Amino acid sequence: MNSQMPKWADVALIPLLNLLLAFLVSGLVVLWIGENPLHALVIIIKGSIGSAYSWGYTLYYTTNFVFTGLAVAVAFHAKMFNIGGEGQATLGGLGAALACLSIDWPHWLLAFPVIVAGAALFGAAWAAVPAYLQARRGSHIVITTIMFNFIAFALLVYLLVHVMKAPGSMAPETKTFPPGAHLPTAHEMLAWFGIGFPKSPPLNVSFLLALAACVFVWALIWRTRLGYAIRAFGFSEPAAVYAGISPFRVIMISMLISGGLAGMMAVNTVAGEAERLLIDSVQGAGFVGIAVALMGRSHPVGVLLAAILFGILYQGGAELEFELPAVSREMIVVIQALVILFTGALDNMVRMPVEKLFIRMRRGAP
Amino acid sequence: MDFATVIQILDSMMRLSTPLIFACLAGLFSERAGIFDIGLEGKMLASAFFSAAVAAFTGSVLLGMMAGLTASMLLALVHGMASITFRGNQLISGVAINFFASGMTALIGQNWFKLGGRTPSLSGDGRFLPIEFPFAVNIESVPILGPIYSELFSGHTFLVYLSIPTVFLAWWILFRTRFGLRLRAVGENPEAVDTGGLSVTGLRYQATLICGLLCGLGGAYLSTGMAAGFIRDMTAGKGFIALAALIFAKWRPVYALLACLLFGLLEAIAIRFQNIEITGLGTVPLQLMQALPYILTVVILAGFVGKAIPPRAGGEPYVKER
Repeated sequence: MNSQMPKWADVALIPLLNLLLAFLVSGLVVLWIGENPLHALVIIIKGSIGSAYSWGYTLYYTTNFVFTGLAVAVAFHAKMFNIGGEGQATLGGLGAALACLSIDWPHWLLAFPVIVAGAALFGAAWAAVPAYLQARRGSHIVITTIMFNFIAFALLVYLLVHVMKAPGSMAPETKTFPPGAHLPTAHEMLAWFGIGFPKSPPLNVSFLLALAACVFVWALIWRTRLGYAIRAFGFSEPAAVYAGISPFRVIMISMLISGGLAGMMAVNTVAGEAERLLIDSVQGAGFVGIAVALMGRSHPVGVLLAAILFGILYQGGAELEFELPAVSREMIVVIQALVILFTGALDNMVRMPVEKLFIRMRRGAP
Repeated sequence: MDFATVIQILDSMMRLSTPLIFACLAGLFSERAGIFDIGLEGKMLASAFFSAAVAAFTGSVLLGMMAGLTASMLLALVHGMASITFRGNQLISGVAINFFASGMTALIGQNWFKLGGRTPSLSGDGRFLPIEFPFAVNIESVPILGPIYSELFSGHTFLVYLSIPTVFLAWWILFRTRFGLRLRAVGENPEAVDTGGLSVTGLRYQATLICGLLCGLGGAYLSTGMAAGFIRDMTAGKGFIALAALIFAKWRPVYALLACLLFGLLEAIAIRFQNIEITGLGTVPLQLMQALPYILTVVILAGFVGKAIPPRAGGEPYVKER
């Protein structure tokens, strides 16, 4: 993007400085409400990566954020801002639930591809309408995807209250999925190899799916003709059109992939953890995806690292509430907001001075 | 449905529309000046919290409102800094502000009051009280006109009465003053404004501050007028409905008022009737009523019912040529 800085500064130094600023301000917030930020940091780290048990939770959250982060990242490459991860993941939950409940699955290996396809298909379908309206009618995708988040939630509440509620149950949730649709947890999978792992963390086979999704997105964006078209379109629409790339096709395909990835988050939460469809299974993960994609600079490796960081924050944040009652769980939402603000919106605040510094260093050098 | 029910629904429409009207006008000023703002929700929430919190501490709703307005305007300044000075992405900045407000209000609320993110209930001077019109009690029994006067017009809080004149004031400022002309110009063609020797940056900052002020009024109304205290995430998507209304109204003040009244009416109906029976069509579920503002906005955005064209320079940071 600019020739003033070496690549490592653009890829690593700037995001790191942004992150540092976000954490610094978060620390000040903790200080302001009368707790020691360093103490809080220690609790977060201990609570999230201090034991196999806590890793089980951290990586479970990471799985969610990888999916939603990749979803935002793929759309970013086509210069589309998909804020609708929340709604797409909600619909993905519906698809996953329908797949799980469709027949009495004999074995999870048979159910798994159908669940994944169901979640991805429903998520992609929910992204299709805003994508079409953007591509054909020029309706701003940010506004339409926000609206579709609200519509998705209303739709899910309607379905759970009126259509899919388990008979005899008061709560708006479906019946528990059949045992054949149970996805193996980390505890069960590691037991195949004779490795012990705590039983209660919800980490499951979806984590491997998330890693596969990272590889898929990397290959798609940087190793295929389609990925080239997406990047070219995102870089300059007129140039892409001149090169014979169809904007309609790029917008539709990138948004369908994006929606599908967001939907696949439900494989982890709905099929993997809850094993029934609940009202709020997404819990803001769709929005965390924005922070993850921004921090990860829309690259799968960056997204994975950022997703782990947010997994640590989410799991550590839960521990924080236990240990320091003054710091409630919402501290995580604040940190998340500051990360989005500093890495996304205030990027130039760091970039401009660093750029100047590099220019001066270059001039100073003989 | 009898006459008394109609009056009740219209009465609650007035209350429910008020925060939408303020937030929608806030968005109007900002977007007309070329700054997209999806952080209306967050600014309202921050103002709702600080209004209620300071009113609870001091017992004065006016001091509370001042605090709320300050909080909202500070967030507006952050948005201005990100989108004007540092030329960042305005949408991302809006998202960040929404999260920041949602997290901070719950965090500080729990820290200060230990009530699970709520503020204590406000009473007396701690909140805006209904203003009874003269003779409202006397003529309540007069048929038709009595209920309209005593129930629909009379008995709202100060901010409800302020909201409608504000719409016309906004129209007057934007379309009948020099400042308004410049503000609109900066949203359509900032280069021209710059060439004319005016500061694009200055005008845009003024617009974001007005946006913060109006969001603040909407938020203050939520926690000290409509309700008696703050509860977690009490804006519940109102900032986005206001944004929807703004697009629905195609960025025009008086139409914005009508759109907000319409969305307020939908909400009032959804609250009054859980499920609506329409003969021949069956029941309209509550959730459809709740989703209707969003669905209508998508339909409008799709351009099937007229075309919604935003201000031309919206969302673009202005870079002065050197």
